[in-house]
Amino acid sequence: MKLKSLTALVASTAIAAPMAMAQDMADSMTLVSWGGAYQESQKLAYADPYQEMHPDVEITWDESSAEAVAKLRAMNEAGNITWDLVDVVAADAIRLCDEGLAMEYDADDLLAEGDDGTSAEDDFGDLIVSDCFIPQIVYSTTFGYRTDMVGDTPPTEVCAIFDMDTYPGKRALEKRPINNMEWALYCDGVAKDEIYDVLATPEGQQQALDKLATIKDDVVWWSAGADTPQLLADGEVVMGSTYNGRLFSVIEEQDQPVAMLWDMQVFDLDGWIIPEGLDDAALARVKDFVKFATDTQRLADQAKYISYGPARASSAPLVGEHAELGIAMAPHMPTDPENSKNTLLYNYEFWADYRDDIDAKFQAWLAQ
Amino acid sequence: MTDATQEQTGPMVAADGTPLKKSLARSLRNQKMRALALIAPLLIFVLLTFLAPIFDMLFRSVENQMVSDTLPETVAALDSWDASGTEEPGEDVFRALYFDLFLAAEAKEHTKLGTRLNYEQVGISSLFRTSGRSLDDVGEVWQDWLEDDVDEIWGEGSFWYDMMSGEPADEAVLDDARDRMATLTGDSMRGDIGFAPGEAISALLPRTAREYAAFAVFTAIEDEDVVAEEDPWEAVYAAFAYDLSQPGTADAIGSYTGTGADQLQAVVAQLDTMPPVDFKAAFAAIDQDWMSVENWAAIKVYSSRYTSGYFLNAVDMQLGPDGPEARPENQQIYMMLFRRTLVMSLVITFSCIALGYPVAWLLANLPARRANLLMILVLLPFWTSLLVRTSAWKVMLQQQGVINDVLVWLGIVADDARLVMINNQFGTIVAMTHILLPFMILPLYSVMQTIPPSYLRAAKSLGANNWTAFWRVYFPQSVPGIGAGSILVFILAIGYYITPELVGGTTGTFISNRIAYHISSSLNWGLAAALGTILLLVVLLLYWVYDRIVGIDNVKLGG
Repeated sequence: MKLKSLTALVASTAIAAPMAMAQDMADSMTLVSWGGAYQESQKLAYADPYQEMHPDVEITWDESSAEAVAKLRAMNEAGNITWDLVDVVAADAIRLCDEGLAMEYDADDLLAEGDDGTSAEDDFGDLIVSDCFIPQIVYSTTFGYRTDMVGDTPPTEVCAIFDMDTYPGKRALEKRPINNMEWALYCDGVAKDEIYDVLATPEGQQQALDKLATIKDDVVWWSAGADTPQLLADGEVVMGSTYNGRLFSVIEEQDQPVAMLWDMQVFDLDGWIIPEGLDDAALARVKDFVKFATDTQRLADQAKYISYGPARASSAPLVGEHAELGIAMAPHMPTDPENSKNTLLYNYEFWADYRDDIDAKFQAWLAQ
Repeated sequence: MTDATQEQTGPMVAADGTPLKKSLARSLRNQKMRALALIAPLLIFVLLTFLAPIFDMLFRSVENQMVSDTLPETVAALDSWDASGTEEPGEDVFRALYFDLFLAAEAKEHTKLGTRLNYEQVGISSLFRTSGRSLDDVGEVWQDWLEDDVDEIWGEGSFWYDMMSGEPADEAVLDDARDRMATLTGDSMRGDIGFAPGEAISALLPRTAREYAAFAVFTAIEDEDVVAEEDPWEAVYAAFAYDLSQPGTADAIGSYTGTGADQLQAVVAQLDTMPPVDFKAAFAAIDQDWMSVENWAAIKVYSSRYTSGYFLNAVDMQLGPDGPEARPENQQIYMMLFRRTLVMSLVITFSCIALGYPVAWLLANLPARRANLLMILVLLPFWTSLLVRTSAWKVMLQQQGVINDVLVWLGIVADDARLVMINNQFGTIVAMTHILLPFMILPLYSVMQTIPPSYLRAAKSLGANNWTAFWRVYFPQSVPGIGAGSILVFILAIGYYITPELVGGTTGTFISNRIAYHISSSLNWGLAAALGTILLLVVLLLYWVYDRIVGIDNVKLGG
């Protein structure tokens, strides 16, 4: 027994010694993402090429992005951060930044400049919505509909979801107020640039709920992004909201009789945050990886695997064809001019303030 | 003779002469200690890894130190302000707020507090976030005046350092700054600062000395920089301006002889050109919401170190300036969810009894070979993933699903009037009954196996018909199994989360779904802890009632 533990000790020091002598960069990284096709696109576009350049770097994936904020908070309280780079939506990045759980960074310092020479700060532009948020893709929450269940007049505008006469059948909407309230007000005649002013008032919130009440009995409320594609494929619903990448996969990869309704799509962002409190070696490695993974070519590459728009302006012209299907990806991007004629940008500031209040009302309304 | 009497009336003694009672007690105690020592590792393990984290989590339902830790001076100043009035607080509160918030913003703690207060009052989150960025501008007004209109030297960190240092040192100011930072960040602020405020200057400019000390502690310990080389915060300029605006300071400067006396006198000479010191106006300029009485009432109401706010919230009430009050009707949800959770768990438990009892009876009475086969059928779903089983119910129950398709094909249901069997209470009850059924069948089966079949035969031979024999003889003996199964199923059901989330739609979700939401999405852990505590208490209460009515000794898992 003693001998064994002694050998173990010797062995572990033998392994630990060269590590302790420390190159300045750690040789392993834990990346956190959403799993599924999205994580796969990140692996193919960023992680695999990076590992080719640095064969001794080991990358572990953790599919925890959906609970990233709660888990990071718990890790921080326990004083043991085990993640190196975390993929989150912009709203979560803002909250992590607010809580001091994500590291603030300087764009021109951390990120590579664009292929065309523009500085990183300008290349990402307004998409850096928080001092901690490193944008990666633009995605949108939008509607898909069954082409075989809408007759000869396929819907062209978002208010079709409230039109029970022309498009009878169930609809799928997300089980949270965000986006639904905006669409409801918009379809109740509120001008687009006044939506958030109206929604900030109790009367406006009631107006939105009243509008949603007109279709409440015909709504299937989803909570996972995969629900709507499934419901559409089964013919359970005639139309439903979800992330545009999910719809792309139903339409193009699975060849279901479904089409996109881009009108009033809600733009949102997804990207990286670096957790606060990494040690120097881990931080050096992560910075090196992030610089590589967010350069112009890498962001454009990701669009080969999934239909989300790269967050850099300089990446847009480089978006090519789907890696397997061979179809041009540009027309499937939410940012394509043809698709983005009428859009809404997720209002982070508004929802950071009103999320809890409106959610309480929304859930109480749902449960009635 | 006397000896003998004493022996008879005195206590019985053991062989070694100690009283028997004492010796017995000791040996029993030793035995107990030995037993305790044997289970100690497990006990400590359970306490440390199971109970401690649970209580730590539940304790969050009353914890509220964050407000007074982040804004200590503001909270103290708010004491004399009337939260139910219509007048916003006065200049002293805004001044305290400025210095509290400035330090919190440097330590990046202010947004945390904003998030916490936003649970109670809409808009505070962004109010704190945007204000944190604008605080520098407030102090810069005086900094610019000092540098541009009075003397450039006021912009130099080293000049400030020399002026604020001095002998004898005022250690109290420095210790106060350490404590202030330590409370705010939760980190230890011990260590060498490389700066000690002079007694003379801290008597002359108390507020300035206080803020400069805070700046020094933060610079030396958090930023690990050299204090003398860093330019002071804007808050130091604001504090300086405030000190200058105090009556008497100008005169005192006239007789001051320490470092920087000439520069100070130059400032006094130009005092009439100094921008006015009005923190209230400064905050009003940052954001008009600072003038809102509701926001201030929320800060005051939630400034105590422990709060009942989360618990009130969990029972659809809220903490107002005048004490607890009911929430607006359109925000009431938790009581309804608690009721729904209890009612549906009961329905699920009874469905499990109704379905499980005959199966368990069959299992217990069939010949062993066929019973084993049946047993595998019972256990098979038990070994399948919960998610798979729940998703399978989706396929079965949805409107384009298997059951509806069969009913339409049989002509029982019209194609355009397919039954809605999922995303409602019915879906949750069906799926959960199926998932929890083995927990009912297994204890029932193990109890029924011990009931001798001869009892039933004896009852019948004595003239009982089938029903009477079952009801009067067999059923009472199987009640302990029903009890055990019911407790298992009910308590599991009450805390169920994933199945209601997937098949419950809006009317079939449980309280645990809201708890999960507050843990992982809204991050309102205090409210989640309060809801969890209430749920735990409800379960304990029901358990106690059950014990009183049925008796916990009547519960058997087998044998």
